[in-house]
Amino acid sequence: MRRYFGRKLLIYGLTFFMAVTVNWLVPRLMPGDPVASMLARARVAQPEAQEALRVYYNNLFGFDLPWWQQYLNSWGSLFRGDFGISLWAFPTPVADLLTRAVPYSLALLVPSILLSWVVGNRLGALAARRKVLDNTVLPVSYVLTATPYLWLAALMAWGFGVVWGIFPVAGGYSFSMTPSFTWDFFADLLWHWLLPFSSLFLVALGGWAIGMRNVIIYELESDYANYMSALGAPQKLIRRYAFRNAVLPQITGLALQLGVLVAGALVTEIVFSYPGLGSLILAAIQNKDFFLLQGAFLFIVLGVLIANFIIDVVYVIVDPRTRVGMAGAAA
Amino acid sequence: MTLEVDDLRVYYRTLKGDVQALDGVSFGLRDGEILGLAGESGCGKTTLGKALIRLDGRMKHVGGSVTLDGQVLPIGEDAKMNPYRFKQVSLIPQYSMSAMNPTRKIGRMVRELLESRREKLDLDELHKRLELVELPKDVLGKYPIELSGGMKQRMVMVISTLLNPSLLIADEITSALDVSTQKAVVTTLKGFRDRGFVKSMIFITHDISLTNQLADTIMVMYAGKLAEKAPASTVVNAPKHPYTQLLISSLPEVGVRYADKRLTGIPGNPPSLLKPEPGCRFRARCPLAFEKCAEDPPPVEVEKDHVVACWKAA
Amino acid sequence: MRWEALYFAVRNTKLLVGAGIILVLLGIGVIGPFFIEKPPSEYVGMQMQPPGAEFWLGTNTFGQDLWAQFVHGLRTTFLVGALGGGIAAVIGMVVGFLAGYKGGWIDEILNMLTNIVLVLPTLAVLFILNAYIGVRSAGMQALFIGLTQWPWAARSIRAQTFSLRGRDFVDLARLSGVGSGRIIAREIAPNMSSYLLLTFILLFGGSILIASSLDFIGLGPTDAVSLGLMLQQAHQWSAMHLGLWWWFVPPGAGITLIVGALYVANVGLDEVFNPKLREL
Repeated sequence: MRRYFGRKLLIYGLTFFMAVTVNWLVPRLMPGDPVASMLARARVAQPEAQEALRVYYNNLFGFDLPWWQQYLNSWGSLFRGDFGISLWAFPTPVADLLTRAVPYSLALLVPSILLSWVVGNRLGALAARRKVLDNTVLPVSYVLTATPYLWLAALMAWGFGVVWGIFPVAGGYSFSMTPSFTWDFFADLLWHWLLPFSSLFLVALGGWAIGMRNVIIYELESDYANYMSALGAPQKLIRRYAFRNAVLPQITGLALQLGVLVAGALVTEIVFSYPGLGSLILAAIQNKDFFLLQGAFLFIVLGVLIANFIIDVVYVIVDPRTRVGMAGAAA
Repeated sequence: MTLEVDDLRVYYRTLKGDVQALDGVSFGLRDGEILGLAGESGCGKTTLGKALIRLDGRMKHVGGSVTLDGQVLPIGEDAKMNPYRFKQVSLIPQYSMSAMNPTRKIGRMVRELLESRREKLDLDELHKRLELVELPKDVLGKYPIELSGGMKQRMVMVISTLLNPSLLIADEITSALDVSTQKAVVTTLKGFRDRGFVKSMIFITHDISLTNQLADTIMVMYAGKLAEKAPASTVVNAPKHPYTQLLISSLPEVGVRYADKRLTGIPGNPPSLLKPEPGCRFRARCPLAFEKCAEDPPPVEVEKDHVVACWKAA
Repeated sequence: MRWEALYFAVRNTKLLVGAGIILVLLGIGVIGPFFIEKPPSEYVGMQMQPPGAEFWLGTNTFGQDLWAQFVHGLRTTFLVGALGGGIAAVIGMVVGFLAGYKGGWIDEILNMLTNIVLVLPTLAVLFILNAYIGVRSAGMQALFIGLTQWPWAARSIRAQTFSLRGRDFVDLARLSGVGSGRIIAREIAPNMSSYLLLTFILLFGGSILIASSLDFIGLGPTDAVSLGLMLQQAHQWSAMHLGLWWWFVPPGAGITLIVGALYVANVGLDEVFNPKLREL
């Protein structure tokens, strides 16, 4: 088990190292003076802000230093939580913008990922080897999983928001509200959250249902299932065992899908102008605010790595074989 | 008579048509009798074993009947067969190494299995039987992966016989084992019979010499039909069916383990069972074949308890 | 074997439906642009026209012909999907074959690399890369997508290669002095060709979905129109609020149809190649 976690942590460490390195390298590989071209392309109105930024970034990049010192410095500022200052929302530090946006992104991601996983697994398990259900759940699931997140989001925003006017189509809360710890504000938050959440949930649901259906059919044909059938065990018990075993590869699948799910959440946020990381990234791209973009990138990488580690821990808790230490998880 | 099988026919459905894997087999099994079922792969012995407890999805019961302890088994109907499984008919599968749910502790799995059949777990009895096969009690608190291959095999043997079935089917359970472990398994099975854990047993194998150590009676099958059935010593020492004779003579000596390859010592291949031609199915490979063999040879009891399906033997 | 596969292929509804949809859309994307004289970005008519006889899919707020955009967009989307999926499949095969066949430290290193790229949220990497590159072509987008999507393919190909490595016919080839490259090309790859095809199809569909996300976020090709870019423009110019459903419904439906058809065809092909999955 120690070996298992050791290996995982090594991979996560290397991944983070690589992400930071890429982040450091990409602007330096681009031709010309990155600060000048960045400021030229950025839409910063005030001249004094321009000048302040030039000084600040020249210091930050530290171009007069040897490259390895520049590289070490970038790690130093990273550990201090210094991601630079946003050009788009000058003079707000990037770190502040990101930490303000993260709760919104998490509020969308965590429930939609967990719920779609749980419901999708149940649905897939129900459909497996049952003709009528299988013939309805499976096609619907394939359509859902082939749907781009952003398109379903757009359809729902248009249908429920514009045509029927039931739900708000933009923002994390109404413009007339100021954030506070009141029931009214909370209800308003929930109201704005429901559509983006639902569209994320639905697209992810299809994939989990298909995955579970296929794994559980495989499990129902496995030796232990055959043995139990030969001993006259009822289908209920066999299905329960099969489900329990089929959940394990689905947990691994959850780890593998995290990147896709996060990407889905980012574009969904953009459709609904939801004030999370996705909307920040859009703003960064439209305004050529590379520091904001790079900060968001590191935040996402870090978040995905942490989530991966949590999933590893859960896997060890759920699969006795990893604890016994005779076999490792598939991932 | 514990078991009576009468003209049993079980076919495999394939896209090209029905494969007549088990084509009219009749035999009986007395209380306390161990029947060794031998033959090349594809001769129908595994199909017969499955037919007695659980047909797989592609198999269909075409005709004939199976009677156990005076009750006709509904072998063609999966759900109706359930009450008989485990309690009257039980199985030690070929795949003992992977027969237990990998994510349940063994004790809990056994308990849940018994509860699902509305049986109470007699823990003392279980412990006694574990001791008998030299497994420590604490295996019940372990996961299958923590057991060695031999331990898993013995555990499955204990589970399968826990409800003292009338008929136990052991399907090729020794093929993956080394010689000394095979001997131990055979001894254990005999012990189960002697202690009355099982009333009668069908031991399916392609290894005649091993069968000889365990079985009272040996039944040889060829291409979905019975070839010869007789007391073990008769089959080994005085076989009447030409196929049995070739089978026995291809063994180096009785008691020495023979490898699967030896069977190819008989030239030719078994016929396709998709649309088999009428007549004796062995005749293409048979050194003694003559015109009469174009007709189906009926199984004839040539002497007491010795049945042969061959025109030359009758 | 080949004939048997064909026998089942023409009887598999999933494969036929999936392949049919793909062929029709591909046909529109390949042939369609030849029948449209004006470039898709040209202002050709009245603004915000609903679908009708003159403009089959209507026009947008600028008076651009959406059918022209859709047809050209299909072409780009197929191109990016095939190219991105193809590049990913090639990298996945090279890495998977090498790791699975060679084993040892080569396997260790490649496996580590695979796992790193696997946990990296690739879309975020693509944001950074694409954002710094100002002018982007569809080919470059496909290249980047391919460079980030190969890991799971590499992993499953590695596992398959690993199990084939121990087979008799591979041993025989090795003993007769055949080199690794030839063994992989002559003995191993043909034995999993159906699996490789299935992998490519899934990567194809996946690349289209990723491309649509990149397009939507404003990092699409700057030299072409694609279905994702149509969605991006529709969103940017408030098509939803203006009720111009014909601007954003068709391109999204096009993507869903292509990807869904690919997945369904994939399931059908799997049934054709894998006798266990065939229903009796």
